[in-house]
Amino acid sequence: MREFLESYMPTNASAHGPALDNLTVLIHWVMAVLFVGWSLYFIYVLYRFSASRNPRASYEGSKSHVHSYAEVGVAVVEVVLLIGFSIPLWSRWITPDQGSKPPLEIRVVSEQFAWNVHYPGPDGRFGRTDINLVSASNPLGIDPTDPNAADDFNSVNQLHLEVDRPVVIRLTAKDVIHSFALPVMRVKQDAIPGMEIPVYFTPVKTNNGEVWEIACAQLCGLGHYRMRGSMTVHTAEGFQEWLASQAPVPEVDATTAPPTGVTEPVVEAPPQPVA
Amino acid sequence: MTSRRQIRVGKSWLSPSEAEKALREAIRVQKEEERQHGDDHHHQGFIKTYIFSTDHKWIGIQYAITALLFLLFGFCLMLIMRWQLAFPGSPLPFLAGLLGEARAPGGILLPEAYNELGAMHGTIMVFLAIVPLAVGAFGNYLVPLQIGAPDMAFPKLNMMSYWVYAAGGAIMLLSFLVPAGAAQSGWTSYPPLSVIASAGQTWWLVGMIFLITSSLLGSVNFLVTIIQLRAPGLTFMKLPFFVWAQFVTAFLLLLAFPPLEAAGIMQLMDRVMDTSFFMPSGLIVGGQIVEAAGGGSPVLWQHLFWFLAHPEVYVLILPALGIVAEVIANNTRKPLWGYRAMVYATIFLGFMSFVVWAHHMFLTGMGTTISAFFQTTTMIISIPSVIILTSLFLSLWGSSMRFNTPMLFALAFLPMFGIGGLTGLPLGLAAADIHLHDTYYVIGHFHYVVAPGTIFAMMAGIYFWYPKVTGRKMNEKLGKIHFWLSLVFINVIFAPMFIQGLAGISRRLYDGGDQYAHAHPVLKTNIPMSYAAWLLLLAQIPFIINFFGSIKWGEKVGSNPWDATTMEWAATTSPPLAHGNFAEIPVVHRGPYEYNAPGTTAERDFIPQHAADPETPDGGFFPEQAVAKQEA
Amino acid sequence: MEIPYTIHARPDTGLYNGKLGIWLFLASEVMLFGALFSSLILLRTGAESWPAGWERLNVPLATLNTFILIGSSVTVILSWANLRLGDFRKAKIYLGITLLCGLGFMVIKAIEYGSKFSHNYYPSTDTFYSVYYMMTGLHGLHVLGGMVVFAYLLGPGAKMWASEPDRYTNRVEVTGLYWHFVDLVWIFLFPILYLL
Ligand code: HEA
Ligand code: HEA
Ligand code: CUA
Ligand SMILES: [Cu+2]
Repeated sequence: MREFLESYMPTNASAHGPALDNLTVLIHWVMAVLFVGWSLYFIYVLYRFSASRNPRASYEGSKSHVHSYAEVGVAVVEVVLLIGFSIPLWSRWITPDQGSKPPLEIRVVSEQFAWNVHYPGPDGRFGRTDINLVSASNPLGIDPTDPNAADDFNSVNQLHLEVDRPVVIRLTAKDVIHSFALPVMRVKQDAIPGMEIPVYFTPVKTNNGEVWEIACAQLCGLGHYRMRGSMTVHTAEGFQEWLASQAPVPEVDATTAPPTGVTEPVVEAPPQPVA
Repeated sequence: MTSRRQIRVGKSWLSPSEAEKALREAIRVQKEEERQHGDDHHHQGFIKTYIFSTDHKWIGIQYAITALLFLLFGFCLMLIMRWQLAFPGSPLPFLAGLLGEARAPGGILLPEAYNELGAMHGTIMVFLAIVPLAVGAFGNYLVPLQIGAPDMAFPKLNMMSYWVYAAGGAIMLLSFLVPAGAAQSGWTSYPPLSVIASAGQTWWLVGMIFLITSSLLGSVNFLVTIIQLRAPGLTFMKLPFFVWAQFVTAFLLLLAFPPLEAAGIMQLMDRVMDTSFFMPSGLIVGGQIVEAAGGGSPVLWQHLFWFLAHPEVYVLILPALGIVAEVIANNTRKPLWGYRAMVYATIFLGFMSFVVWAHHMFLTGMGTTISAFFQTTTMIISIPSVIILTSLFLSLWGSSMRFNTPMLFALAFLPMFGIGGLTGLPLGLAAADIHLHDTYYVIGHFHYVVAPGTIFAMMAGIYFWYPKVTGRKMNEKLGKIHFWLSLVFINVIFAPMFIQGLAGISRRLYDGGDQYAHAHPVLKTNIPMSYAAWLLLLAQIPFIINFFGSIKWGEKVGSNPWDATTMEWAATTSPPLAHGNFAEIPVVHRGPYEYNAPGTTAERDFIPQHAADPETPDGGFFPEQAVAKQEA
Repeated sequence: MEIPYTIHARPDTGLYNGKLGIWLFLASEVMLFGALFSSLILLRTGAESWPAGWERLNVPLATLNTFILIGSSVTVILSWANLRLGDFRKAKIYLGITLLCGLGFMVIKAIEYGSKFSHNYYPSTDTFYSVYYMMTGLHGLHVLGGMVVFAYLLGPGAKMWASEPDRYTNRVEVTGLYWHFVDLVWIFLFPILYLL
């Protein structure tokens, strides 16, 4: 069963992934047993109790109690899967991963039809953002006057992560509901405007050659199908090189209004050693 | 043999043919009387008889035809989409002509058109095809007959619900013509997308409000009819299972639809009055700050929508289960196994379906407690379904099965619903749902329950009750061709969806996932799936021919061609009396499925619900036995 | 063939069709307004700030409206009671009063809305006003619906008293039940919107 399912499922490259797949495999075993069991019964009955073979039906019908065991069995198995697997897995899914390294904090702001990734830069602090500053050159509306913003940088449709380093993605949306899916990480989370939902996972493999993707899983308009991003998981060194190669946010030209009006709360992240 | 059969009409005993005559005579006499009283339907003129009819039977037929046409239409929308899924971006020459250059320039379907077709496919199939067919058509036609009632409790209301439904359908169809086309935000219409969407969405909302109103009127009518108009002696535990299914369904419609109506009104206001019920602050669409007060909650819509839409899915399945149960009981020639258990399970299912809705929303940022609650309720609700299905399976044990077309569809329903139901379980476990949510796995799951599930049950019902409505049987050969082809093709369409889902392919993708590397290993499957879909349409041709042809050429049959026990067959003619259904309101003496009960004979292995006891001096349903007793 | 229990109760259920029908209809109405109230709660708890109703809305007028509606609920019962006693004249008077109460309620609502509009408070102003207009508006429509039925029962519908008095009495009773519900909804709306 595991082989069968995994032959279709994408690579599993996250720390929590195997546990999820495990549950998927188990529940499919349950389904398979029920399906095969009942199908065999079904086929036999169709053969045995056709009008030609059994001209007169019995008024009482089946007197066996096997079925009630089956029903109780289903119930018991469901309880086990819930208490033993699904519920604990869920609480793990919504709590930050503990890793040897300090977590990498990233903001992902989705919009029709792109993923804006906001890195806090070496200081690990996100600059404040302001919807009035949003422009083509500054899709996140990062406020350059904020010292925290000085070293921030952002990329579009490109997610760069470090292997074995826990990731915290602060997920939100500008316009409509999207759903941030990383099939290889077994990660999926709706990105809902007006809400900021944290996503926790830890990549445990690097791409080495494979194309890993960000997929949009929630209908978000005519470009939903092409709202695709790519994800690269670097080695520790590779990640630092990539960091170094990134330019901070471009200065916004004077024409854009001074930061006023509605502002998103600044997301504080624990300061981390500049490697 | 059959010549020895006697049927009780009024006080006297007649052979089937004589009984037939007598009943038809009864019709004639009744018509005569009505003519004298001047309240005869057939003299109220064409309009009152065929268009604004208040007779539940005719309204049922109106529902059936309309719903079947919508079913076909919804299917055709999907057939166009399946082309785009199989061959993304390649032109289909006639599309430009069919949908207009705006939707398909040069025959290449545009993304917005794909979304439009998808949203309308879902809406039409659920709200305009299956529910009206399952409830409006089957329920309307059969419930009063099965409970021995002269009509629905509120005939005028009944007529109204049909016409409000028709109006809602018309609005949905017209919305294809408005600028930028019909709704494009999915049948779920999640805001903010649906609020900023083009005018079609407003039409969708107005249409929905009509459909909801129609369902509410209908459900009140069904409930009152079933509670108030049961024939003397027909206690709740003697109701045919189909009536029970309709009863619980009506409750679901009555209580689940209003929240969606509320939500619809709010979304309508968001669109036309610029309120912000579902619009959060600080939206930026296409680089422009949205001028709205803000402060609303997009998730609120999802709660209200799914509070309806989950019970709604049981509205799609319960009448189907009812039909399958009737067909199976009749063609296995034995009572349903565990009738009471099935009834209690159905009621329990009804209750539970109000507390599982958020299993559609696991990924909207849910805490452990809430997700645990909804996972648990979701697992709990699977148990009654298991019980019902198990009972149906066990009903086959010790039976004497007749494999006619209705029975074939009913039998095929069982494993098909089984597959659909079983694949609901991984989705119900939140942790497993993380990977499967909004993938084709979900599409596969619910299509197995609604397409080879519900649609097959509807087919079983059509083949089974056709003689009731027309007095003629549908052609068995065509029926069997229709069945086997449909069974094969429909599985070829939907089975690969589970694989696509496991691979992580999102649903509602214009190119079926062509953009994505992780989709490519399994994307080829789309081509056979699409071919199967088009062949499935061809497979419906024998049915359509059969359906219309049999009205004229179908084999003429007696009132009770299937030797059934329930009153719609046993207590009145086929087709039933025009107005009032029964020559005299029957009195019920026993349960609905007395097949091969003690006292029955090999020639006559069934006792109608309304037949008097065999113990009675005149032999009740078995006069020849009484005669034998006396001679002895 | 006649449909049974249109006028007299079915022994084992103790209800005639119309009465059961209206109870079921009201059940769905409960779900409708229940959904609206829970939406209000959800929006309110979700908002970072929510104005106090009494600061923004005209409480005296609303209080007056509350009494009007409660009064009308009483008169509709009196009307039905008099029909049971066979006093059609009195019944019509009470029914008339009920109708007038409904009218009065709507007029006051109109004044209330008017003053809001004149200060440029529209549904689009903010979520509070969205909710206020939506819920009071929907409730107003229900009142209007009730008034239409009362008008019918007083006017063209009154003929039925001569031919089928029982049936007419039932109709008044059923409409009365609906009217009580509309009244009840207001009794929830008033404190939640105006006082909290
Ligand atoms: C008729 C319709 C119908 C029915 C009956 C069901 C039944 C069930 N559904 Fe499904 N569901 C839908 C229609 C239906 N569903 C639709 C339309 C959607 C998608 C909406 C959208 O997003 O657009 C959906 C989506 C959906 C989701 C959300 C998925 C997601 O978006 O991520 C979930 C999650 O819990 C779910 C769960 C279930 C469960 C647990 C059942 C259970 O009730 C199933 C219980 C039945 C069984 C457990 C079968 C038991 C079988 C046996 C005992 C024997 C089998 C024997 C043989 C096979 C021979 N469904
Ligand atoms: C009851 C509901 C129902 C039914 C029956 C169906 C039936 C079918 N559906 Fe679908 N479907 C949905 C409800 C339904 N669907 C919903 C809710 C969605 C989600 C929409 C969204 O994303 O928002 C969806 C989405 C959906 C998709 C995914 C699109 C996407 O995500 O991009 C696909 C893809 O293949 C699909 C295919 C089909 C097919 C091939 C059938 C076939 O099984 C059709 C079979 C039909 C027939 C066999 C017709 C028989 C009719 C007759 C014989 C008429 C005879 C007429 C007379 C006699 C007068 N459907
Ligand atoms: Cu973004 Cu779909
Ligand atoms: Cu559901």
